[in-house]
Order: sequence, then structure tokens, then C-alpha cells
Amino acid sequence: MMAVLMVVLIASMVVAIVVGSVGITPSLIMHVLLQKLGIATDGVPTRAEQIIIWEIRVPRALLAATVGASLAVSGAAIQALVKNSIADPYILGVSSGASVGATAVILVGAFSFLGIYALPLAAFFGALIAVSMVFMLARVDGRTSVMRLLLAGIAVSMVFSAVTNFMLMMSKSQGGIQAVMQWMLGSLAGAKWSNSVIPLLVFVVVFSLLWLSYRQLNALLLGEETAMTMGFSVEKFRLYIIVLVSLLTGVAVSVSGSIGFVGLIIPHVVRMMIGSNYKWVLPLSALLGAIFIVWADIVARLAIAPEEMPIGIITALCGGPFFIWMLRRQRYHFGEGD
Amino acid sequence: MIRLHDISFSMGSTTILHDISLTIAPGKFIGVVGPNGSGKSTMLKILYRYLIQQTGRVTLYDKELQHYTAKQFAKQMAVVSQESPTVFDFTVQDLVLMGRMPYKRLLSTDNNEDFRIVARSMAQANVTHLAKRTLSELSGGEKKRVMLARALAQEAEILVLDEPTNHLDIQHQLQLMDLVKGLPITIIAALHDLNLAAAYCDELFVMNEGHLHAFGTPEEVLTEQMLADVFGVQAHITQNPLTKKRHLFFYT
Repeated sequence: MMAVLMVVLIASMVVAIVVGSVGITPSLIMHVLLQKLGIATDGVPTRAEQIIIWEIRVPRALLAATVGASLAVSGAAIQALVKNSIADPYILGVSSGASVGATAVILVGAFSFLGIYALPLAAFFGALIAVSMVFMLARVDGRTSVMRLLLAGIAVSMVFSAVTNFMLMMSKSQGGIQAVMQWMLGSLAGAKWSNSVIPLLVFVVVFSLLWLSYRQLNALLLGEETAMTMGFSVEKFRLYIIVLVSLLTGVAVSVSGSIGFVGLIIPHVVRMMIGSNYKWVLPLSALLGAIFIVWADIVARLAIAPEEMPIGIITALCGGPFFIWMLRRQRYHFGEGD
Repeated sequence: MIRLHDISFSMGSTTILHDISLTIAPGKFIGVVGPNGSGKSTMLKILYRYLIQQTGRVTLYDKELQHYTAKQFAKQMAVVSQESPTVFDFTVQDLVLMGRMPYKRLLSTDNNEDFRIVARSMAQANVTHLAKRTLSELSGGEKKRVMLARALAQEAEILVLDEPTNHLDIQHQLQLMDLVKGLPITIIAALHDLNLAAAYCDELFVMNEGHLHAFGTPEEVLTEQMLADVFGVQAHITQNPLTKKRHLFFYT
């Protein structure tokens, strides 16, 4: 199944590179990729084609796959952490924190000394601050309470959203408000090599660390008391997961805005397919999440061309009904126990 | 060998355990009995380190519990708590396999020995026929037995059971008690059914309002006086003609 999904992912990325206002053929992609690897081929892509493929579409497809995989894996990990299947990676306050940072940069011009990195960095630090607050609020007597974590996430998100909304209300710039909306709904239009490589590296590292912990993630699902007797420190492990997931989600959100639904839906779909064993849930979530966002981005680019649709609208529009269909189709347990 | 030295535990201003001291010898089947709210579960939770006492010490082989690493401790003690097993779906086999976790390092895979132990544990808990089923399809009693199988796969020397016979029908209650009794390890079980405790346990600890009221063999402990003092019921004590164990009839 994983091999099949891997092939589907690569095929989807090829499609993502092919479609667009300038026609590209798959063989042209092949030529460009081979030339980049230093292998001369007899095909001769023009300079313009080279730039479109290598500088624009390849990084965008790559970023789409990375962001999709990151959000889906984060969602799966968070759901194990709070032992609740309706949690998504944003419950820790990542997206509302990032929104404040991004809005400040777009509307107020904060951190302009950082140049083109101002937006992703401000978003990332906003996310970091929000997550730290949530985490500190959730700790009582040196323990992290799951219920407090969820409630603190809601409270902190509210406060940060209020700050974002305040900045929006006070802004006179129609274009700025539009840009903030675009950012909050998510977009991969800014994909370049310079902002695609770091998310990919972070994903590879964090995913590997999470996958190595699949036994502990499974154990968390049995409940805190039981998990504590199974040979690992639940408290330290929770902290570890919170740090990893915040990093993964924060980086993804800082380059793509807060794309919704992926982190919630994909782990659900995966569990419906193969059950809750995280040994399989994590890699399958990564692959399905990547495929989903690659396609969502294709639709986002084509739907109202030459304009681009925010990708968050696509994920919600495709994801919602699909989710409803899955719910209707199968007996599925949502974490309400028995 | 487990020792509790003057254990006290309070939550807020309520003291739940008062100066409990007791010793549990290896290989015994210990029953912890007492009315609701007497501190049975709290004492067990301190034993398996979910709660930490405010005063006093708990030692296992003369080493304080807090000095064991999580892994070392999991190899010493396995627990079936009262938590409902899971809200997510696992196959029974996958869940029992989780019992092998303390023996796994970062990169180790599940080997033949693990699967042999898992198969044996499932057979012991009488859930082998459920191996490929998922947890959500099982009844409450079946889930309980699956959780027991998981604990057995942990191959610990001490098994702590918090009201293991809850949700079980009479046949499975007896089956579970027979199985647990036959294990060559130390069993510490909180039990509500005093007749079950009398029939199976080597020793009983009677808890009352956070105090250790009495301890000893069922014959020593289960007296009309104790039942009136602690449980507030009148009892008539006889002998079960088949098992030759104490059997209690209650009236008010």
C-alpha cells in the first residue's frame, strides 16, 4: 500500500508540474531534472521552460507535498497526545500565533529589516510564543494535563485571534487586509527553493523521530495511567511530542499559511483504512497528506485561473464532503469510547 | 518484596491515606478490600507510581520506587488499571504486543520471541480466538481480558489489578481468578467481592477510611466484627462445602 501511495504521490507531483498556464510535457521535466543532475540529454528545453520548471513548479510541488505531509503527521501525533480524534495540529495555538506574526508583518510592516524572511520568521515566532503559553498553562504540579492543554489552546487561540482581528479592524489598507485573508486561508504561491528546503528537512527529521516513537504513541492511546506502567516516562514523552509537533506545524504554517482540515481529516481517513497502530498511521498519513495537498494546490491554481484560489478553501470544500461521506459509509469510532 | 513505610497521601485538604505500613511477600496473591472511598485504588496507584505519596517511602527489593527507571519498573510490575482500554482501534494482537514495549530499544523490531510470548499471554487470558478482531468490536469483559493479556506479555514479577472482575460474567470472573492464581508471580488485586477474595487470596488487606484496618489470611480477617465495623453489614460466616474456603452471607 505504501509503495502504491508513493507512486501516486510522484505521479501527482508530475501532474502538478505539468499543468499551468505554460504547457509543459512530462518528458521536458525529465530533461530538466537530468540536466540539473549534470547528465546531458538530447532534448533542449528553452531557458524559459527551464526556469518555469526548475525555479517555480518543482519547488511548489515539493512544498505542497511537504506541507501536506507535515500537517497530516502533526495531526496524527497531536491526536495521540490528547487521546482525542477531533484534535488538529492547530489546537496548540500554532495557527493563531502565526497569524498574529504574519498580520503584523503584512499590515504594520513589522520586522521589515528581515526582508523577504520577515513573514515566515514572524509567523514562526508567533506560533512559538502561542505554543509556549499553551504549554505553560497546561502544566500543573510538574505534570501536563491533557484537558488543560485543550482548554489552554482554545483560550490562547482566542486571545491571539482577537489581536489579529484588532489589527485587521484598524487597518486602512484594503490590499493589506486582502493579503492577510489570503495568508490565513493558506497559499503555496510563494514557493521557491529558498523557502522549500528547510520545511522538507524539518519534515524528514521530525517524521523520523516520531516514527521511532510509534510504540509510545500507541501506548498513550491506552490512557495515561496504563501508559505510565509500560516502560517510558509519559511526562517527558509528551513534552517531546509537543516540541516536535510545534516545530513541524510552525514551519509548515510559516511558509504556507494556516491550511485547515488536512491535519484533522487525513489521520481519520488513515485510521479508517488501517486502524490506529501508529507504526502505519504515521507513514500513511504523511503520504496521503502530501497527495491531498498536491492536488488541492493544482485545483487552487486552475479553478479561477489566472487568479489563484486560497488553498484552504479547496481543502475545506473537498475535505468536508469527503469526510461526511466517510462518516456515513462506515461504522467509525470518534474517541467517545464505548 | 514490597514495603510501604508510613505512607500518607492527600488531595487538597482531604487525607486519603493515613500512615499505611505494610509488607507484601513475593509470590503471594494479595487482595485489597474495603468499602468505596476507603483508599484501595489510591494505594494501588501509589504502588504503580501513578501517584506519589506526600510522606513515607515505598520500596521494592529495598530500593525506593522513584529510583527505578521507567523501563526497569515496567519489567518488575505490570498493571491492569480501571481505565477503559482505548478510544482508538487496535487489533487484539497489536494491543497485546504493546506489552513487550519495556523490552524494546529505539530501533528494535518485534521478534519471534515477542510473538511467542504474545501468543502465550493471549492463550492464558483466553483471548486467542479474538487475535485478529479489533478492540471496538469486543464486549467490556473481553476488553478486560485483552488488557490482562497485555499485562501478562510484560512478563513482570508483580501484577497489579484494580478491580479485575468488574464487567465480567461469573464464568469469566472465576476463569480470571483461576488464571491469576495459577501465575507464579506476586498478585495485588483490589477486589469488591469478598467471597471471591476469600476463595482466592492468600492474604487480605482491609482498608477503611484511609487506614489499614486489618491484614492477614481470609480466615483471620473476615470476621463478623470486621464486616460490621468496616462495611457496616451484618454477616453470617460459613464454609463453602466445595472449596472449604470462607463464605459470607450478608444481611442488614
